[in-house]
Amino acid sequence: MSLYIKPVYLDADKCNGCVSCMKRCPTEAIRVRDGKATVRYERCVGCGECVKVCLTHAKKESCDSFDMLKNFEYTVALACPSIYGQFNHLDNLDYVLNGLLKLGFDDVFDVGYYSRFVSAATRRYIKDTDAKPIISSACPAVRNLILMRYAHLLDHLSPLKQPEEVAAEAAVEAAVKKTGLQREKIGVFLITHCAANLLNKADPDNQIDGFISLKEIYFPLLSEMNKLKASDLKPKAACDSHGVSWGCSTGESMGLGTKNFIVADGIENVMTVLNDLEHDKLGDIDFLELNACTQGCVGGSMNLENPFLARTRLRLFREKLPLVSAETDDISKYVRAKPYESKESAFLLSANRQEAMRKTILVKSIYDKLPKVNCGSCGAPTCKAFAEDVVNGLKVKCKFSKEEEIEIK
Amino acid sequence: MGDSIKLRYDVNGEDFVTCGQASEDVKRTLKGIGIPSATIRRVSIAMYEGEINMVIHGGGGVAEVEIFEDRITIVLKDTGKGIADIEKAMQEGYSTATEDIRELGFGAGMGLPNMKKYSDEFAIESKVGQGTTVTMTINFQEDA
Repeated sequence: MSLYIKPVYLDADKCNGCVSCMKRCPTEAIRVRDGKATVRYERCVGCGECVKVCLTHAKKESCDSFDMLKNFEYTVALACPSIYGQFNHLDNLDYVLNGLLKLGFDDVFDVGYYSRFVSAATRRYIKDTDAKPIISSACPAVRNLILMRYAHLLDHLSPLKQPEEVAAEAAVEAAVKKTGLQREKIGVFLITHCAANLLNKADPDNQIDGFISLKEIYFPLLSEMNKLKASDLKPKAACDSHGVSWGCSTGESMGLGTKNFIVADGIENVMTVLNDLEHDKLGDIDFLELNACTQGCVGGSMNLENPFLARTRLRLFREKLPLVSAETDDISKYVRAKPYESKESAFLLSANRQEAMRKTILVKSIYDKLPKVNCGSCGAPTCKAFAEDVVNGLKVKCKFSKEEEIEIK
Repeated sequence: MGDSIKLRYDVNGEDFVTCGQASEDVKRTLKGIGIPSATIRRVSIAMYEGEINMVIHGGGGVAEVEIFEDRITIVLKDTGKGIADIEKAMQEGYSTATEDIRELGFGAGMGLPNMKKYSDEFAIESKVGQGTTVTMTINFQEDA
């Protein structure tokens, strides 16, 4: 039995057993049992929707604690471009990165710098591949959604690494060179706004040792930033105008040299586009930039600023920063070592087809007797999910149906 | 051999927006029993095109689906205006859809050809004024 990463957790004392998170989950991963929300983690894509809609703030992202820095002799922070949209009156990106150094990191890497290489590799890949449209693999929640619910579209998913993966590799290499320490003594930390990033822990090639919530360090960071003078700043920022734009939707697509792209953000809108791709309805499109959060990364659940204002701030930086382009003919360096694998088994009724078919027939016969109101009061998100739960042996009750009617004989 | 799974859907003849619900449900069912994803995509496209046809041309109808261990059969039955020249209708790019429908991005004349292309067995029967029945079978070859 493999263990699943848990991008979110429940503060059970705060959970009042309402159905908000369960109704919002795009993969029907949540059930309310004994008055508390539970997650079937094999189905969790890490989108963070449950965290965002939780009325009592009981749902939280399972980030690593800042204390984890103590486990390493040398630590590096990776800062994603969306962080630059989180501060009022910020006129120089280096305040954020130097603030991170003051918090205790030995070095800091600007992830936005590495996006130019991923963009260059993507431009090359668009030219070379027939599997168009290419789906961006930048959003980890979308990536996981595809592996779980749209595995038949896997050919379209970009096989390239993401800027934070490339940045993490560069950070490790630079730290080893500089300190001479063994890899295990170097801690690479992503300052994250996104629960789905945590799923990277399951990737054998993952070089990020810790995922620290932006929410957790925001106020200490702000206080360090306020103490800094312009003359104190070490030049750490390396984002160009495209790099900083990756923090919000459309940013990635702007650097691809094609106008033939679709951008969708918000998990339901993402599914609308994927459904149309599945039905061959998109026509002549080169690239799909799909982001689970509203407005892209700036909409992640661990940001502090509203995504629309954060986006405006990134746009203002975009206008100030120079555009630096990279080219590559050899994209092999940017291709992930391990190809993505389908996670559709999370939705199997049984690994044995005959048994699965028998269960499907049972599910249908139970479902036919249900009121189909999808009220959620049984603790399952839909009547269909309830019927599946019954067939899978869970003791659950429907408020509208007589127990003997939905019993399995 | 166990029992087959029988599914039946009413396809509303006036509703473009919800069109595709039957193929969505079939897709979900096939995933639950572990059909390889490449096969699911073929089923999904063939059935979706069929549903669209029933809405555009057939005035709605009934979709009957039967899933066996090794194959799926899909029967799409409408009582619409029927097809006068089936041979022509099967040609890529031939369409009798109205301008309005083409504006919506449908009616490109690829519906029936795609349905045939993605199924292993394909049959179509039609009578002008009485309606059209399309029967498709897709085998579950283990091509995962």
